[in-house]
Amino acid sequence: MARITASVYTSHVPAIGAAMDLGKTQEPYWQKVFGGYEFSRRWMREHVPDVIFLVYNDHATSFSLEIIPTFAIGTAAEYPVADEGWGPRPVPKVLGHPELASHIAQSVIQDDFDLTIVNKMDVDHGLTVPLSLLFGQTQAWPCRVIPFAVNVVQYPVPSGRRCFMLGQAIRKAVESFDQPLNVQVWGTGGMSHQLQGARAGLINKEWDNRFLDRLIAEPADLAQVPHIEYVREAGSEGIELVMWLIARGAMADVAGGRPPKVTHRFYHVPASNTAVGHLILEN
Amino acid sequence: MALHKPYQDVPGTTIFDAEQSRKGYWLNQFCMSLMKAENRERFKADERAYLDEWPMTEEQKQGVLTRDLNRCIAAGGNIYFLAKLGATLGKSFQQMAGSMTGMTEEEYRDMMIAGGRSVAGNRVIGEAGDAQAHRQPQGRGKGTL
Repeated sequence: MARITASVYTSHVPAIGAAMDLGKTQEPYWQKVFGGYEFSRRWMREHVPDVIFLVYNDHATSFSLEIIPTFAIGTAAEYPVADEGWGPRPVPKVLGHPELASHIAQSVIQDDFDLTIVNKMDVDHGLTVPLSLLFGQTQAWPCRVIPFAVNVVQYPVPSGRRCFMLGQAIRKAVESFDQPLNVQVWGTGGMSHQLQGARAGLINKEWDNRFLDRLIAEPADLAQVPHIEYVREAGSEGIELVMWLIARGAMADVAGGRPPKVTHRFYHVPASNTAVGHLILEN
Repeated sequence: MALHKPYQDVPGTTIFDAEQSRKGYWLNQFCMSLMKAENRERFKADERAYLDEWPMTEEQKQGVLTRDLNRCIAAGGNIYFLAKLGATLGKSFQQMAGSMTGMTEEEYRDMMIAGGRSVAGNRVIGEAGDAQAHRQPQGRGKGTL
């Protein structure tokens, strides 16, 4: 049987990808960001999963205003790296896991979550920056990736509560897959940031750190936080943090198991406009 | 019955909801077209002619031509779509976000390095924070990209 061994949480700021692609990681500004991932890269080398179920959002890349799926699961064999206006990032293409992805889609839809199934999709910085942060520069990603895109661009985005429940359904789906796969679930985006208007540049360290505390210790209560609190306290783009609740909902303790081990925790301001948060939780 | 929109009292913030999305449809779809290199070249060669191929409002076109992102957002634009315009012009997310505050690029960057904008006074319209309408513009910038 497949099993979920860990969840990883990280911001996916595009400038982080650009800093790596343009060789700026040694600059003092970026050292402070990448320093927080040095442990994680060592840990990842020793804990490479077979598959990463990667929760992220598409930033008006594969989904324009023509189609806006709330939850979209990638069931393709591979995913090209998107040209977001600068040309594609110089990173490897992403290989999927169609069998597990299709299995999860079937199971989760039967559990009342109306997923959109996607067989053709370019993946943007929301997916590739987390991979770069955790694996560094590489010729090929060391495992398969199932992209799971959440609409956090056009309001209303799914509630934290629904994301947390979805994570639980994903856990159930993975554990009923008939191959001995090691699966990690990653939740990406955030933390506090606002990219628009006179309030651009908003950062709320206290709220972010409280979010991390609660994500670890009381995720079911955290999942009750309404959208408006994210907007008011963490900025209009801070709403991306609901995606972390999908990964958290997939952890063993939520299904009656033991609390996860907090393997790593990091927080830093700023990367470009954004507060960077990062956690590794192990089952 | 009107939809519940509890986010309308947040200062300096436009939530991209269904209403804004409907208003900004063609502006945002124009931005999407800039993900193709050949369209970026055609736009840069003659911006007005390229914009006139799209059923955008004149206000939306002026927002683009004057590089006024606040104007674009008021007309239904969304930052993730407008980012394609920014990329076409060689501008980063930080330059784009900063331009909307009235700060110069340096002023905005320094604010971020110092820990970002405080939420204090900026949660609800009518408080005293730096994102409130009565405190604009915030710096010596042009207010445009």
